[in-house]
Amino acid sequence: MSSAQIEIQLIGLVVAAACALPGVFLVLRGMAMMSDAISHTVLLGIVLGFMALGNLESPWLIIAAAGMGLITVSLTELLNRTKLVKQDAAIGLVFPALFSLAVILISRFARGVHLDTDAVLLGELAFAPFNRVDLLGLSVPHSLALMAVVLLINIAFIALFYKELKLATFDAGLAMALGFSPALIHYGLMALVSVTAVGAFDAVGSILVVAFMVVPGAGAYLLTDKLERMLLYAVLIGAAGTIGGYWAARWLDANIAGSMATMIGLLFVLCLLLAPQRGLVAIAARRRRQRWQFAQTMLTIHLLHHEGTPEARVENRLDHLHDHLRWEAQFAQQVVQRAREGGLIRLANDHLELTAQGRQIAEQNLRA
Amino acid sequence: MEEQLAVQISDLTVAYQEKAVLWDVDLDVPQGILMAIVGPNGAGKTTLLKATLGLLPTAAGQVAIFGKPYVEQRRLVGYVPQRGSVDWDFPTSVLDVVMMGNYGKLGWVRRPGPTERKAAEAALEKVGMSDYAQRQISQLSGGQQQRTFLARALVQDAQIYFMDEPFQGVDATTERAIVELLKELRAAGKTVLAVHHDLQTVPEYFDWVTLLNVRRIASGPVAEVFTEDNLRATYGGRVSFLSAARKEAA
Amino acid sequence: MNWWDLLTSLVTDHTVRTVALGTATLGAVSGVLGAFAVLRRQSLLGDALSHAALPGVALAYMLTGAKTPLVLMLGAGLTGFLAIGLFFIITRNTRIKEDASLGIVLSSFFGVGLLLLTFLQRNPDARQAGLNTFLFGQAAALLTRDVVTMAVFGGLALLVVALLWKEFKLLSFDKDFGSSLGLPTRGLDLLLTSLLVVAIVLGLQAVGVVLMSAMIVAPGAAARQWTDDLARMALLSAFFGALAGVSGALISSLGSGLSTGPVIVLCASAIVLFSLLLAPNRGLAWNAWRNWRNRNRLRTEAVLLDLYRMSAQHSDPTEPHPVSALAAVTGAAALRRSLQTLQTRGLVRPGQNNWWALTTQGLAEAQRMEAALAHKEAQ
Repeated sequence: MSSAQIEIQLIGLVVAAACALPGVFLVLRGMAMMSDAISHTVLLGIVLGFMALGNLESPWLIIAAAGMGLITVSLTELLNRTKLVKQDAAIGLVFPALFSLAVILISRFARGVHLDTDAVLLGELAFAPFNRVDLLGLSVPHSLALMAVVLLINIAFIALFYKELKLATFDAGLAMALGFSPALIHYGLMALVSVTAVGAFDAVGSILVVAFMVVPGAGAYLLTDKLERMLLYAVLIGAAGTIGGYWAARWLDANIAGSMATMIGLLFVLCLLLAPQRGLVAIAARRRRQRWQFAQTMLTIHLLHHEGTPEARVENRLDHLHDHLRWEAQFAQQVVQRAREGGLIRLANDHLELTAQGRQIAEQNLRA
Repeated sequence: MEEQLAVQISDLTVAYQEKAVLWDVDLDVPQGILMAIVGPNGAGKTTLLKATLGLLPTAAGQVAIFGKPYVEQRRLVGYVPQRGSVDWDFPTSVLDVVMMGNYGKLGWVRRPGPTERKAAEAALEKVGMSDYAQRQISQLSGGQQQRTFLARALVQDAQIYFMDEPFQGVDATTERAIVELLKELRAAGKTVLAVHHDLQTVPEYFDWVTLLNVRRIASGPVAEVFTEDNLRATYGGRVSFLSAARKEAA
Repeated sequence: MNWWDLLTSLVTDHTVRTVALGTATLGAVSGVLGAFAVLRRQSLLGDALSHAALPGVALAYMLTGAKTPLVLMLGAGLTGFLAIGLFFIITRNTRIKEDASLGIVLSSFFGVGLLLLTFLQRNPDARQAGLNTFLFGQAAALLTRDVVTMAVFGGLALLVVALLWKEFKLLSFDKDFGSSLGLPTRGLDLLLTSLLVVAIVLGLQAVGVVLMSAMIVAPGAAARQWTDDLARMALLSAFFGALAGVSGALISSLGSGLSTGPVIVLCASAIVLFSLLLAPNRGLAWNAWRNWRNRNRLRTEAVLLDLYRMSAQHSDPTEPHPVSALAAVTGAAALRRSLQTLQTRGLVRPGQNNWWALTTQGLAEAQRMEAALAHKEAQ
């Protein structure tokens, strides 16, 4: 591996980690699409900053862009508060307008500069090692230095406000009662997302920032219930997707960022299918198992209800289950057999009766 | 042969992802009565209504409307969903919402015409909303929204009405108007099943009651079934409040 | 080219006419379907679906080597459906919420699309095929044949909406009631969402996948402000969509090499802004004016009542009183305005030293108001 290759992967890893951390909170707080909006509109901040300052290197640019992210959030909330449009429409109105403005400004005033619309969408990870800065006497790629700083900011913010973030995410009411302002946490998080989007934008382009933020968090959400682990898993998913994506891109000779996003998407699909307990396979297996158990419980309750009543003779006959419960005859037979094997019921002259154990199960379920 | 039951629910079990919301519920509803369905939150009252109307998949059991499956008897059934289940900022007028009650009879593609309009206007008159026909629905009060939904059900000209919390959040005038309407419906031989929250008004507004808490606790004429024991069985420990309500009602 | 030339070229110039017709068609179709999407809270689903079209376009080209819009649109439609499928699988089976599911679908599909696109770009034919125009749209590239395709598919979509108008209306307003009537709401839901996919796919060439969602949301959101009737809203939305489409395409043809998508979206956004501010009844300016008027009226009434209560302590209620004390509550300027209003209505008259008195007419009016207030409190 050449040093450029290593550096590209390193940048990818740092981007993935920096995005995944705030992304977890976006997923948990139901604000994932806000990252889509922000990652688009930071472009307007960059363009306006560039037009005002005349260069693309100034750190003020990042501040202008992050500020535009926050403006997007407040504009959306403002629009939402007028009650003239619903929340989803508010997001869908604000960011395309600001993004369009940015694209037009770029093509009219910033042509030929490093900013062009392709870079906006695709990112320029492949060229990142060529743009270098000196840091403590060491020459490192500009994006690596930038994203490392962003990653540190994210880690610091989350570590400092971990308790508040957790509380505001899972119980906003309690947070308010305890004197944490959910609004402050909300805007803090949005500022984090904005700064991260600006930094990552350079490397992976504006739309794929969403893939790096939302998808790992959502995948991790399927794997665990613990917030600490979720943060860890999200970073791991992002990192794995980054490395896998890089080599897939080399092999296909295609865009690196697109390939990384694809790989992260595939990892999500893997989580979706195979996650223990919450994956589709696990759900299907559990449903199958529960279906029989549920049917047996249903049978015991049915028998209990009609026990000793005049209609019990009719209701509790094996060949009438099909009629009364609307079960397929074959299904009914299998349920009865399983219930008999499990000692829940016994058969007396085509007539089903509860055993003591069966009665207990029925009563237990009715009480619950 | 005895008179045919308006609604007969037998062995109805409804589950969300293998968690039962209703267990093996049997319910016989004779024709021409006003029946309240009561029970604590999460007892499955709305679920019972929706499952009966085929809006939810059932795990077991069956429902008959005048002896036949619901799908064959849709025209005999009117439905008043919970007021909060729709977006009242939807761009449409009161008259337009009420006309929707005709859509079942109209069938595909055909548009409502003068006949349907007349039926809708008559229904609005009945619930005292004639002056509001052209109002945009977001400008209605809670009571007026409920009346609009009732008018829409009236347009269905059904034999059985399923109402989900018709008294929820309405003003006193509307409450009286709805009670009057229920009595008129009963006088015309119609049957009403309504999910109801206010235990105190059960004996006054309804003549039959079903006590529900995941399973059917009891069902029958109010005088027989609306007893302290049954209420205790339905609501669990909170008896002091219940007996107070019961005494007041008695 | 100046504005006049541009407008005349609409009639005389074949290319300009084609572009205008194409963008008008796409605007009208996405306007109507967008009106439903906005009401059904599917604005962001539109965003996800338009991004999901990109891999479809790229795949269709890879498989067929053809760049006819019909083939590319079919590809886009196909991945659009896949995206909807994935979205529903995630939201129905897991605890991941809708917004995150949309984010996943949007970014993953778009990532695949970019991967395929750059993969294709090594092939010089593909670069010629102009697949890049699908990102931000290039209306100038529309050919007569494309416009015909758009008109046919768009017309069919609108025809379905017209035929199933009352069913779609009921579906959007009260799904459960519709089901209780026997409407197959699941099927209708899928059909209406599919028509949305059609509308999105039609707009890809001119607006691009990145910004097409705005053409779904903006016309509908703007139209909603002007009317409280669904049919009028849909028609107005179609008109707004077409207006944004045509004006955007024309403006971008003025500038050199501007992508059409962003210009069209800015036009649509301008229409939204205008509507939000100025639409009668709902508009913000209208509301502000109404509030101001109400506040004024209430303040004026309060001044009249205060004057009445002061005078009630005297034998002659029409004696003048010093009202300067009232200014502490309402402010001197506002008080003067209120008194002037009351004076023009003949309810008060000025005395000396800025003292004011009720007229007999004013006395009667104040008594009427007090009675009304008492009645309201009794209720």
